[in-house]
Amino acid sequence: MSSFKAFDIAGSGMSAQSVRLNTTASNLANAESVSGDAASVYKPRHPIFEAVRAQLAAGAAREGNANAAVRVSGIYESPAPATARYEPGNPLADTNGYVYAPAVNVVEEMVNMISASRSYQNNVEVMNTSKELLMATLRLGQG
Amino acid sequence: MPTSLDQYVGVHATALDVRARRTELIANNLANADTPGFKARDMDFRAAMARAAGEQTAGGVHLATTQAGHIGGAASADAATSPDLKYRTPLAPALDGNTVDAQLEQAAFAENAVRYQATLTFLNSKFRGLLTAIMGS
Repeated sequence: MSSFKAFDIAGSGMSAQSVRLNTTASNLANAESVSGDAASVYKPRHPIFEAVRAQLAAGAAREGNANAAVRVSGIYESPAPATARYEPGNPLADTNGYVYAPAVNVVEEMVNMISASRSYQNNVEVMNTSKELLMATLRLGQG
Repeated sequence: MPTSLDQYVGVHATALDVRARRTELIANNLANADTPGFKARDMDFRAAMARAAGEQTAGGVHLATTQAGHIGGAASADAATSPDLKYRTPLAPALDGNTVDAQLEQAAFAENAVRYQATLTFLNSKFRGLLTAIMGS
């Protein structure tokens, strides 16, 4: 037994969820970052999760699982078009008086945030339980 | 009277190993709860125990795999195609192809943890019994 791979797996889950939380924070923080040009406006970012397929040696096959852990394979920028707002008084406005706001869906981001934090807590719980089990195993035969 | 410590400990050592493996499996399911296309897996405990016990006694005859195309016997089965690993039947599969039900996995994880501790208790009492026999008090 490779001394509890559950730690690595739960750790990778926590790291992936915190990346998701980070992108959500970035999207929410930049929800009102307007720009005078539709192309250069902030694009909402979202992580892409991917299951890691463990490379198994023939000898270690019995111990391993087909999948082990999760990783963020990349972060994509949402192609959704920026929304144009008519604000002629804004110094950033273009010649027609429009500013462009990023296509951040605040409700969607909040849902993402809650989902990420729940999943993170799940992984923390897995890690805590694994630790307890491992400690109990270490105390085996001591009384 | 059992002659070796392995025999004395009996099925519990194997059970502990299989339980630890199941812990990893369910931890993996929970870590991938938001991964698109991920299929949740669990193990057939009875089959896993039988396989682990078979390997431990080493009584089985193994097929030699000398070429890449050879198919090994049950004992040398690859973990990815391991016969005791099953896919979960999803109750309500998500649109992105993910079949992890977080509540179900949490329940399975808790159950597995309790059973792991039960096995530990069995092992502990076995060792305590042995110690009493040695010390004589």
